[in-house]
Amino acid sequence: MSKRIHVSTKVNGDEVDYLCDSRETLLDCLRDHLSVMGVKEGCGTGDCGACSVTLDGRLVCSCLVLGVEAEGKEVATVEGMAEGETLHPLQRKFIEHAALQCGICTPGILVAAKNLLERNPDPTETELRYWLAGNLCRCTGYDKIIRAVMDAAAEMREAS
Amino acid sequence: MALDGQKTAYKYIGTTPNRPDGLDKVTGRARYGADINVPGMLHGAVVRSPHAHAKIVKIDATKALAMEGVKAVITRADFPEGLEGEDWDLQENCMAGEKALYDGHAVAAVAATTPLLARDAAKLIDVTYEILPHVTDVDEAMKEGAPVIREGAADFSVPEGLHPNVVRYFDSGRGDLDKGFAEADLILERSFTTEAAHQGYIEPHACLGQMGADGRGELWVCTQGHWFMRRMSTAVLGIETTNIRVTPSEIGGGFGGKTTIFIEPLSLALSRKAGGKPVKMVMSRNEVLRATGPTASASMDVKMGMTKDGRITAAHGTFRMQGGAFAGAPVDVTTMLAFANYDIEHVHHIGYDVMTNRPRQAAYRAPGAPMAAFATESVIDEMCRELGLDPIDTRLKNAAKEGTRATFGPKYGPIGFVETLEAAKAHPNYAEPLGPNQGRGVASGYWMNWGGETSASVAISEDGSVTVSVGTPDIGGSRASMALMAAEAFGIPYENVRVNISDTGALGVNEPTHGSRATYASGLATIRSAEECIKKLCKRAADKWGIDAEAVVWEDGRAKPSGPNAGEFPPMTIAEIAGAMGGTGGPISGHYEDSPSGFSGSFGTHVVDVEVDPETGRTTILRYLVVQDAGKAIHPAYVEGQFQGGAAQGIGWALNEEYVYGEDGRLQNPVFLDYRVPVASDLPMIDTVIVEVPNPGHPYGVRGVGETGITPPLPAVANAVRDATGKRICKLPLRPSRVLAAIQGKTV
Amino acid sequence: MAELHLWSGLRALADGKEMVEIEGATVGQVLDGLVTAYPGLEPALKRGVSVAVDGQIVPNSRNHPVKPDSEVFLLQKLAGG
Repeated sequence: MSKRIHVSTKVNGDEVDYLCDSRETLLDCLRDHLSVMGVKEGCGTGDCGACSVTLDGRLVCSCLVLGVEAEGKEVATVEGMAEGETLHPLQRKFIEHAALQCGICTPGILVAAKNLLERNPDPTETELRYWLAGNLCRCTGYDKIIRAVMDAAAEMREAS
Repeated sequence: MALDGQKTAYKYIGTTPNRPDGLDKVTGRARYGADINVPGMLHGAVVRSPHAHAKIVKIDATKALAMEGVKAVITRADFPEGLEGEDWDLQENCMAGEKALYDGHAVAAVAATTPLLARDAAKLIDVTYEILPHVTDVDEAMKEGAPVIREGAADFSVPEGLHPNVVRYFDSGRGDLDKGFAEADLILERSFTTEAAHQGYIEPHACLGQMGADGRGELWVCTQGHWFMRRMSTAVLGIETTNIRVTPSEIGGGFGGKTTIFIEPLSLALSRKAGGKPVKMVMSRNEVLRATGPTASASMDVKMGMTKDGRITAAHGTFRMQGGAFAGAPVDVTTMLAFANYDIEHVHHIGYDVMTNRPRQAAYRAPGAPMAAFATESVIDEMCRELGLDPIDTRLKNAAKEGTRATFGPKYGPIGFVETLEAAKAHPNYAEPLGPNQGRGVASGYWMNWGGETSASVAISEDGSVTVSVGTPDIGGSRASMALMAAEAFGIPYENVRVNISDTGALGVNEPTHGSRATYASGLATIRSAEECIKKLCKRAADKWGIDAEAVVWEDGRAKPSGPNAGEFPPMTIAEIAGAMGGTGGPISGHYEDSPSGFSGSFGTHVVDVEVDPETGRTTILRYLVVQDAGKAIHPAYVEGQFQGGAAQGIGWALNEEYVYGEDGRLQNPVFLDYRVPVASDLPMIDTVIVEVPNPGHPYGVRGVGETGITPPLPAVANAVRDATGKRICKLPLRPSRVLAAIQGKTV
Repeated sequence: MAELHLWSGLRALADGKEMVEIEGATVGQVLDGLVTAYPGLEPALKRGVSVAVDGQIVPNSRNHPVKPDSEVFLLQKLAGG
């Protein structure tokens, strides 16, 4: 077995560390070494977005980032979206709008949508659809997902 | 089996509360197939044939076994011999025997201490192949001289003289076609092809199997049906059915593709060989596309006759489908449902199930129906154009109704096809003006439902809240529907109902969540189990009041005396009765099992507007309307979700999705980049109208809606492209290169 | 006796008949009677068929009652996705 590398990083605000093979992706490390299961592997090639996380605030596919690249950085996943018992408006709206059926794409889409709204709190439907084009959903046809995000965006704009 | 007392005014049914598992799924807590890590766990990897057709001469695992961390290697030699029929097919598909039958066919598997070690070890397993000629196209596979997949696989139905790759043959119909065509003013005959498509669930297959030397163990797996997984896995391993207890994880999409086994018996066999350590196996997307169960590709000829005022007088369809290297292409259902929407006296269907060097097909949402609909609804559309008739009015003229003799034989009971056509016609989308390069397409579809083996239980807890245990995994929000039905039956709030998906140890056999059956069958079982509880709750109240059980009624969550003659007693709530149950006779629960027969199908009509770019051939969906009969929508938002999801998959299949095989017989596009499913920017909002023509066979009128939605889009989109471009394209997908060639007048 | 309708692929195994009359009070008895009268149909029935009685599909229910004037259709075995 090749020598493993020690990585120190921050995940959802917590300092963590792991030992990983240089070939392991950030996705592998989150799931297999840190038991952060909210990040899913749908394709391993950066096409489906189920593994979406933010890395120092930038939306990335964690299957395209190596585990060693997380050294000294901040990773955010769906597990960090709620504050204690209080869901993020996006999470709440997803449930209300029935914007999930099987739910496997939901964590990735929530991370991606949150990132968009931080950059652009008032996206048009077209802007939102193109932003989410990297997140595949096979169940919903995207209709209720778009409605949920637009509704959450409106609520967040109102609150701010 | 019309059920008396079918309600029409509901307190909970038809509302849209939050689903009970919503919180888990938006926080990342829900556990899917791969979301399990147990102590001592090993990881499995599969060696797969890179050849479409090859004799397996030798498998040498010496180097792999010598690797640090490798605990076991299995091949077909580790599986029992002597299986027959479908069990043999399953075993042969899970692990190749004498031949590799398709690119990606499993040839060996290895278990090691880490996923990377397992993958590295798999690369060290040396397989010697003798490459054979291959065939991947359905029509080519039927021709004289085509490579033979397997000798002697044809069943009793296949006529003499056909190629050995033809394994099943279907012939059904009625009437006198010559007479029917003679009555027509217009006869149209066209040939069509559709390509294989994958269900495209975002979650790859994943499982954790553990089996000891005694052949007993457990399996955690993402599946649509864990009793199917149990029966199939144990059959392939040659052990008793109850030896393995199967627990379903949450499932990240199935659409039919997760109703059968692929890696599960490998995981169990590796576990036993590795001394009983649990073995986790997760497929890569490449493996999912190459080596799970895409649907069949089809080559079809449809001929129909119509009078000049739009009456269909005769219909003939020949359907050739390949389902991979095994029997099972859904052409049996195709030949039943091809013309099922219409009242046609003279009709004939012929079907061929053909083997090729492709993976073993699995069900995909209304298996066999979308292909046939593409052909028949395109022909009807073309005839309407030639005769100058409105496509919806023409369908209304020929629509099957209650009492119509279906093209597959029996008379229809109450059905809602006409209602969907009328709603589509009345919808504002149908009147929207169209601009240059834009077109509108209409098409209808149908899918029968299914009952199937169902076993469910309902139990009352000490505080009067209720637990429902069903055996149908929740793919699309069905927990909410079960809870609504239980709430309605008991007359208690939705929030007081918990729904569990039980493992195979806890209930009798359940068929999977497939066939649009879960809301119907598990729902029926939930209601009947609740009714049994209610009888017992009433008996407890009767005992307390010292009156006859017949003199107690249940209303809004309470037991009450049935009338003044029964006595003056204040009602007892479910909580009061439950709180005392320990001392009044013990636990209260109800159970129901059956293979119910009151199910009825769902018709749908879609209207789509497209714009086709004349320079690139690219089709943009402008507007999409789904109208479908749900019987009674238990949770309307999840019914709409099924409509929209089915439409999106159909749009993908119509415009982009196809399995591309190279000259070498290998799948050329086993990645999501090149197997192109619809993304958010490809689609507009999808408008829906839920029609409700209740099904008398369910207490609340439910029809299963999950599958019909994928059937109309293939022809609806093709008809819209025809409208926009003036070109009738009879091959799917309508990828830009194909549409552009058609616009330019080339052969497509 | 109940009228039992066969799809055209089965007729060759039943002396070319589209409809046969079989005695029986349940689906099971009617199917057994069919195989007794036309043993060539046994493989098809073993492979699996769905049965519709008076318009209602009755899967796997050998005990489902059949009336003397019932119309029974043999159909392909159904599966979903």
